Amino acid sequence: MIHSLFLINSSGDIFLEKHWKSVVSRSVCDYFFEAQERATEAENVPPVIPTPHHYLLSVYRHKIFFVAVIQTEVPPLFVIEFLHRVVDTFQDYFGVCSEPVIKDNVVVVYEVLEEMLDNGFPLATESNILKELIKPPTILRTVVNTITGSTNVGDQLPTGQLSVVPWRRTGVKYTNNEAYFDVIEEIDAIIDKSGSTITAEIQGVIDACVKLTGMPDLTLSFMNPRLLDDVSFHPCVRFKRWESERILSFIPPDGNFRLLSYHVSAQNLVAIPVYVKHNISFRDSSSLGRFEITVGPKQTMGKTIEGVTVTSQMPKGVLNMSLTPSQGTHTFDPVTKMLSWDVGKINPQKPPNLKGTMSLQAGASKPDENPTINLQFKIQQLAISGLKVNRLDMYGEKYKPFKGIKYMTKAGKFQVRT
Amino acid sequence: MRPLSLACRWRPSCCSYLTLPIILFLILMKMMYFKLPIIKIKVWIFFLLFCNRNEDLKQMLESNKDSAKLDAMKRIVGMIAKGKNASELFPAVVKNVASKNIEIKKLVYVYLVRYAEEQQDLALLSISTFQRALKDPNQLIRASALRVLSSIRVPIIVPIMMLAIKEASADLSPYVRKNAAHAIQKLYSLDPEQKEMLIEVIEKLLKDKSTLVAGSVVMAFEEVCPDRIDLIHKNYRKLCNLLVDVEEWGQVVIIHMLTRYARTQFVSPWKEGDELEDNEKNFYESDDDQKEKTDKRKKPYTMDPDHRLLIRNTKPLLQSRNAAVVMAVAQLYWHISPKSEAGIISKSLVRLLRSNREVQYIVLQNIATMSIQRKGMFEPYLKSFYVRSTDPTMIKTLKLEILTNLANEANISTLLREFQTYVKSQDKQFAAATIQTIGRCATNIVEVTDTCLNGLVCLLSNRDEIVVAESVVVIKKLLQMQPVQHGEIIKHMAKLLDSITVPVARASILWLIGENCERVPKIAPDVLRKMAKSFTSEDDLVKLQILNLGAKLYLTNSKQTKLLTQYILNLGKYDQNYDIRDRTRFIRQLIVPNEKSGALSKYAKKIFLAQKPAPLLESPFKDRDHFQLGTLSHTLNIKATGYLELSNWPEVAPDPSVRNVEVIELAKEWTPAGKAKQENSAKKFYSESEEEEDSSDSSSDSESESGSESGEEGDSNEDSSEDSSSEQDSESGRESGLENKRTAKRNSKAKGKSGSEDEEKENEKSKTSDSSNAESSSIEDSSSDSESESESESESESRKVTQEKEKKTKQGRTPLTKDVSLLDLDDFNPVSTPVALPIPALSPSLMADLEGLNLSTSSSVISVSTPVFVPTKTHVLLHRMSGKGLAAHYFFPRQPCIFGDKMVSIQITLNNTTDQKIENIHIGEKKLPIGLKMHVFNPIDSLEPEGSITVSMGIDFCDSTQTASFQLCTKDDCFSVNIQPPVGELLLPVAMSEKDFKKEQGMLTGMNETSAVIIAAPQNFTPSVIFQKVVNIANVGAVPSGQDNIHRFAAKTVHSGSLMLVTVELKEGSTAQLIINTEKTVIGSVLLRELKPVLSQG
Repeated sequence: MIHSLFLINSSGDIFLEKHWKSVVSRSVCDYFFEAQERATEAENVPPVIPTPHHYLLSVYRHKIFFVAVIQTEVPPLFVIEFLHRVVDTFQDYFGVCSEPVIKDNVVVVYEVLEEMLDNGFPLATESNILKELIKPPTILRTVVNTITGSTNVGDQLPTGQLSVVPWRRTGVKYTNNEAYFDVIEEIDAIIDKSGSTITAEIQGVIDACVKLTGMPDLTLSFMNPRLLDDVSFHPCVRFKRWESERILSFIPPDGNFRLLSYHVSAQNLVAIPVYVKHNISFRDSSSLGRFEITVGPKQTMGKTIEGVTVTSQMPKGVLNMSLTPSQGTHTFDPVTKMLSWDVGKINPQKPPNLKGTMSLQAGASKPDENPTINLQFKIQQLAISGLKVNRLDMYGEKYKPFKGIKYMTKAGKFQVRT
Repeated sequence: MRPLSLACRWRPSCCSYLTLPIILFLILMKMMYFKLPIIKIKVWIFFLLFCNRNEDLKQMLESNKDSAKLDAMKRIVGMIAKGKNASELFPAVVKNVASKNIEIKKLVYVYLVRYAEEQQDLALLSISTFQRALKDPNQLIRASALRVLSSIRVPIIVPIMMLAIKEASADLSPYVRKNAAHAIQKLYSLDPEQKEMLIEVIEKLLKDKSTLVAGSVVMAFEEVCPDRIDLIHKNYRKLCNLLVDVEEWGQVVIIHMLTRYARTQFVSPWKEGDELEDNEKNFYESDDDQKEKTDKRKKPYTMDPDHRLLIRNTKPLLQSRNAAVVMAVAQLYWHISPKSEAGIISKSLVRLLRSNREVQYIVLQNIATMSIQRKGMFEPYLKSFYVRSTDPTMIKTLKLEILTNLANEANISTLLREFQTYVKSQDKQFAAATIQTIGRCATNIVEVTDTCLNGLVCLLSNRDEIVVAESVVVIKKLLQMQPVQHGEIIKHMAKLLDSITVPVARASILWLIGENCERVPKIAPDVLRKMAKSFTSEDDLVKLQILNLGAKLYLTNSKQTKLLTQYILNLGKYDQNYDIRDRTRFIRQLIVPNEKSGALSKYAKKIFLAQKPAPLLESPFKDRDHFQLGTLSHTLNIKATGYLELSNWPEVAPDPSVRNVEVIELAKEWTPAGKAKQENSAKKFYSESEEEEDSSDSSSDSESESGSESGEEGDSNEDSSEDSSSEQDSESGRESGLENKRTAKRNSKAKGKSGSEDEEKENEKSKTSDSSNAESSSIEDSSSDSESESESESESESRKVTQEKEKKTKQGRTPLTKDVSLLDLDDFNPVSTPVALPIPALSPSLMADLEGLNLSTSSSVISVSTPVFVPTKTHVLLHRMSGKGLAAHYFFPRQPCIFGDKMVSIQITLNNTTDQKIENIHIGEKKLPIGLKMHVFNPIDSLEPEGSITVSMGIDFCDSTQTASFQLCTKDDCFSVNIQPPVGELLLPVAMSEKDFKKEQGMLTGMNETSAVIIAAPQNFTPSVIFQKVVNIANVGAVPSGQDNIHRFAAKTVHSGSLMLVTVELKEGSTAQLIINTEKTVIGSVLLRELKPVLSQG
């Protein structure tokens, strides 16, 4: 399976290598660099690159390429999914996954990687188990370690790996027992020129932060489970119960985890909470273009829309823009031609507006396409699909946990064509 | 200066530090003096530092302090990570392999694995440490020793590795066995000669019932001997059933393997109808070889139950969070399920499109291949493939590809509108791809050809050259397909020649004019004239087309173009490119009449202006379908090393009985009612599948109808297609529906139980009879259910025989037990009809747990049964001498306690041996260990002389043999007494089938297993004696056993409800193995200690 892993930064340096079988020379990455050069943009580097003796499967995240070297046939998603899991684990361990952080914690990284794969086959990928094997570095622990001489490597043995609930470690103890669930929905939509919805769907997740003592057995039920069109679960969820009763029944992992992700695709039901009015025009003759955008609320169920940002990739012909926003701040990068406008909260009485002129390259013909507008926003305390958690019950433990549910709607890939 | 500052950092642990910078400085000065190149100096400094550093590290490694060692190891690992060579430190590092500090040890392992191959001799020094660790009582240490040992790639230790693997594969801990499975692959890659021996180990491990091992051993199987499909037969059903519980990575491997297996073992479920319909619907469908096959096979198709089992058991995995698992299931459905059922995978695949770019890329590729063959699958999700401006180009192109595949008469107008947006995209590469797409849609869907053509012509006036060029190429192809007059377009394109510079486009225009030179008689010669002028500066591709154009004009219009053509031919003759020179020579011979030219030149016109077949615009994914989906080979469209071909369906299924496993299930066969039911359900199972296929036929029919009916408007079309898809879903999901209902019933029961827990016990008691009936019936239900899944028809034959045998043994056993049983005989017969108890059998959490664990179709049936035997032995609580005349005895009635479900019920008999009344007998101060609880009996007002009274009480011992001390008080005195429960009384018997027993036992291995060997005279090993002895000691229920030499008993602990599984296995030579599996290892070992002497004595 996975032979070796190389970590390559954006400037093309291999800053970490790890081999699970015999050593593969790092010169194999030359093929990767070649492909990278050809692709011009990092995003366009093909995830699978064949070389004469190996195959390179790569994942690009946090400006780092994770390049896995394999030698024989293997489902490519297997490797890709695993690499993503590695990135997630690093993020989990160090908070951020970046080159300096990895370099600083190279020993922990190495130990973690060693545990994750054996002979190229995944061994322990649950972060709960890994954390029992190798404790994540914290400032406190580093201090303690230097004083007492103890280590990051857990001296307890990870019993979770052997149990029937491998995702949960044993002997969990908390003084405050709490379970929080965040229902986060993202709207993916394409809105056309005239403001009508071309496609819209809702992708939701339920992220949980569970800090409960012992082996609690939780059930979570919804008011309207039929809404969920397609779901995927954390392995802890009992599928049978869901099939028969539409109830999520599970023994949770300790700490943060994604309980469920779901999809609501009833095409016409998706309420689009914002509207964007735009008037962007280039004139053939003049070197000035007009630009005006207004963002306003629509179907928000009385909630405020926050954190609104508008970004747009302007055509190459645009030299500069002089704009005045009614609120927020805006920037235009004349090199990348990226316009971004940080709007903030939308006041329904006074919809924010950005207005001004674009100066175009003199003599150049007018661009054939108006720029697409990408929108980001957040609405607290609202699940746009209408999904509601009914109740959360706990069995198997005696104490009363503190429970909390939070709803949020965000823009996912929200595009307005102009 | 960087090196110097580095040197300073190392100061603390080196001795010659102060001097070092000075020396360096001196060297530097000296070199400067000699004007050596600066680079060289740097190298020098680095070299010096390096040597020094390694010395430094060596010293640290040899120091006594762990912290120094650890520091050194950390730095060495840092070097390895950066790819620097640290091999010369090997001797110093390897010494620390036996370090007590775990982190040092682990880092040394990392180092060893990295460099052992290079330093083989030195690596051998470490081997003995691992060999010792392989015998460690701790399973995790054994496992990690095996892991490192097998990772050291030193050929000399192959025999040691082989031995270690063999031993580990028989280890009690599944975790160690898992590591053994990994080690197999490592050893195989180190020394392929060991293959035969390794296959033996694989064979053994494949039989393993632990979910932990399954994934790894299948991986080893795939790597070492993927062709030994015969090893799988016996384990097929087990693998199918375990699949849901295996860890996700293992699932992927197992599913891929089972897909291959299914293709060799079952006949094709794809019916002719399916195939034909597919062909009609599809433009690209190549003649499948399957089609011929299905034609031959006319007899009605019934799916092998094992085939069905696989398809059904993989379905829940579509909900996995792991994209690789979802993809694996999707390819399984694609390759082995009936075509009508494969529809369910599309939803899950579309879901994956939300994932990261790389996942999207792979998934889209697979969808592209699928959508060529079966469009209907993804049509409802058309809009999910709409392109966003932020997608990377490769994703855009793939989405476009899929959109093209999905285009049909109904949705083409919507799609074209969408394409219009794409054409304007700033990403010109993508715009070009869109134009290609429009061309393909135009050729595939006749209705829109003209619209598309017009649209493309409009694009010719686009400002961007790439767009125009692409349009030209596509228009050329379209025009070629349409023999209709398109003079205007050609004229327009001829004008473009002046402005367009892209060679392909120029060549296309020239070709088009040449082909239609008779339709544009005025323009063509003029074009040739212009081209002749620029011939020398044209691209090779264009030059060839100029030659062609010249030749064609020469043949049709030689008057005007003769000279021009000859001029061009002369230019071509001296061209640098030999291809062009060749072509020139060839054309000249063919068209210019001279004496040498033979008969061919007469046909020159026919040769050049023959009707040419229109090009077929094909999907680039068309030829990928011969690769298994989801594989690397499919992604690359090249056969990757180690790719295993997916075989075609066999025409006649190989013998299905090879998959039968000799497991005799007794519990269900003991009741005749259950048996009848089971047969019933089996029948239903078959008829259902047939019915389903019929209905699926009709459903797909209706779907195609609805597709054509739906109007031009995109939205309404979307709706209807979605409807039909949901229909399809429900159809395919129907058969699982039944099952769901059943589980629902079961679940609600479990829930009801937990609810009633808090209720009054009296109420419950009155309900007992009702609920117990219901309970038992539901149990029968589910057991017959699981039966029908796991058994195949052919097996039932062989089972009947054994069943009869079993009946006999049962009959033989019953009278024996009668003798010992002191209870009412009606009550006894616990195994045949498990009578549910009023109190919840298992705590709700455990119940739910068990359900969760058994996501696979067969769920185990575990319920508390009545005690088989109640010993009369009483224990003295208070002797009459010490109790001043009050005597107390207690015994365990082995009944579930009425005071609480976690309590053990105890009956206390009080005797008054004095000649006076004893008044107010009650329980005084209790001294209970933490956790223990006690429910006291009501105070007794008075006890007459010579009188005796029996009271019952309950104590929750928390599953321990701790002593409960309390005071038994009378009016005047208090006596301290204590009750220590025999371990056997902390249990409640449980009725379960042999299959469930084995399954549970499989989960309770390793640390949870204790065993002992018993030696006794053979007469002590008769079934009845063993039975009597065991139930005398412990309150356990007998589990029907298929083998005469194995006796199984099951119980659960009263407090926590943990299972306690006792197995007595008779061996040859008057020995027997006593095995106890339980999570409560303490009680387990105590019970073992108690059972052992009892069983061995006469």
